[in-house]
Amino acid sequence: MTGGLWRDALRRLAADRAAITGLVVLGLLTMAALAGPLLVDWRQDQIDWEHMAVPPFAVEGHWLGTDRLGRDLLVRTLHGLRVSLAIALAATLVALVIGVAWGALAGYLRGRTDALMMRFVDVLYALPLVFFVIILTVVFGRGPVTLLVAIGAFGWLTMARIVRGQALSLREREFVEAAIVGGAGTARIVVRHIVPNLLGPVIVYATLTVPQVILVESFLSFLGIGIQEPLASLGNLIADGAREMETAPWMLAVPAGCLVLLVFAFNFLGDGLRDALDPRDR
Amino acid sequence: MLAFIARRLLVAIPTLAVVVALSFALTRAAPGGPFDEEQALPPEIRANLEAAYGLDQPAHRQFVRYVAGLLRGDFGPSFRFRDFTVTELIAGGLPVSLTIGLAALTLALAVGIPLGAGAALARGRFLDRLVMGLAVAGISVPVFVIAPFFALVFGIWLRWLPVAGWEPGRATDLVLPVATLALPVIAYVARLTRGSLLEVLRAPWIRAARARGLPQRAVLLRHALPAALLPVVSYLGPAAAAVLAGSLVVETIFGLPGIGRHLVQGALNRDYTLVMGMVIVYAVFMILLNLLADLAYAWLDPRIRHGRRA
Repeated sequence: MTGGLWRDALRRLAADRAAITGLVVLGLLTMAALAGPLLVDWRQDQIDWEHMAVPPFAVEGHWLGTDRLGRDLLVRTLHGLRVSLAIALAATLVALVIGVAWGALAGYLRGRTDALMMRFVDVLYALPLVFFVIILTVVFGRGPVTLLVAIGAFGWLTMARIVRGQALSLREREFVEAAIVGGAGTARIVVRHIVPNLLGPVIVYATLTVPQVILVESFLSFLGIGIQEPLASLGNLIADGAREMETAPWMLAVPAGCLVLLVFAFNFLGDGLRDALDPRDR
Repeated sequence: MLAFIARRLLVAIPTLAVVVALSFALTRAAPGGPFDEEQALPPEIRANLEAAYGLDQPAHRQFVRYVAGLLRGDFGPSFRFRDFTVTELIAGGLPVSLTIGLAALTLALAVGIPLGAGAALARGRFLDRLVMGLAVAGISVPVFVIAPFFALVFGIWLRWLPVAGWEPGRATDLVLPVATLALPVIAYVARLTRGSLLEVLRAPWIRAARARGLPQRAVLLRHALPAALLPVVSYLGPAAAAVLAGSLVVETIFGLPGIGRHLVQGALNRDYTLVMGMVIVYAVFMILLNLLADLAYAWLDPRIRHGRRA
């Protein structure tokens, strides 16, 4: 993988307005999630007894209003954003590691091992996976760690398929042959020669996985089996807001808007990266 | 064709076996049991309860018993809804869930395919950009945001449709839930159709059809569209999964008496048999839709239809 290819990709990406907008929005959201809570005077579980369920901009200090219990919505949304982002990135990493290892190995070994490994992926593919994630999270304690393990454990299938396809063609290349002739073992070839050359599609697919994971996490938290009160996540904030939407629509609008913006940004960036790294696919 | 169906159904058996085994293992490996309550039961009562439901037996014996029941079409008794079998609970809600699920899928195909095809034909022009914008929105805005939003706008502000509720035979109850479920699938289907139709229109056999002097309509409807629909057909399985997951949310928000609530509530209550029954029903639904997709695929693809590869 020469520097030229990456530089070309970077130039194509820089010319893609939607992708750059996505990148900027993501940067801003990440900064807000990390630093934002420090800049607001309220803690996420702190109750302002004077101001319960105030709409946005109505009271000094509560920019985006408060919820039914008088908790500042801006702080809670920023915390929710932080939790959702952290879980999404961690779960994507879990999925990435399993998927790349599984796919690269299957593609490199070929033959019966490959057939067996991919058959296993096919069977899992046909299952209603979301429901297994639900069972896992409910049954093994509702918390951030269970959540990310459960999502990661079922999220690696597509990654494994993509990586296997690439690995199958990579292993026929001269540099792999050279490594075999040079006496390198299977593990070394897969780690040093196959995986680095998979980076392009892996980056693209990982970027497109993150928003899906964010949606699954929020979905579970919305159902009440993900992140639990008083900890905020975008999903449980939206669930709260949906219950109060008749009288306090901002409680729904603020976290929902934040979630949609986040997912939009990731999808735009992912699409842009795909076009930049794989220009054939147009 | 019959042999094809039989073979696909045969392939479904190991998948179902994995579903049963995995859900059994997951529920049994969990800490806590169905009879853990706030107030601990007296040990004798607890022992009697566990004996009555067969929970005092070793796990492999329970598994054999459960599978034997399944083969007779018996999902076993619910651990939490006393006096109800899982079969009764599921049968009670299935018609509602099935109605909204299938209606949403049908709507998604009926709207998504023409939208995508229209966008492909108007490539780069206003319609294309509009459809693609809507498609990205549909993929990025989850069902649990659309549902309360629709309820708020059409139910509370505009008062066009009921916010929630269900009366048998009242079709207006179904409009919002079905539209909510269909929207993300419409977006995806439109995107897929557009992409693959653009690719197909560049194929040499389309140029050949044009060269033979066929009118644009015939080229499009008879030659291009069937081929362009193949990826859409493959998407039917994942689409079904999305609709099923969405129905959990939609049934809650719009207060529909479907089977969606049984899954989450059952898992929370450690109602093993109910949860497993639900997962099996969902898996069967997905397998059937995948079979349907395979059949449609075979029918659309002349290479398979004419038996060169079955």
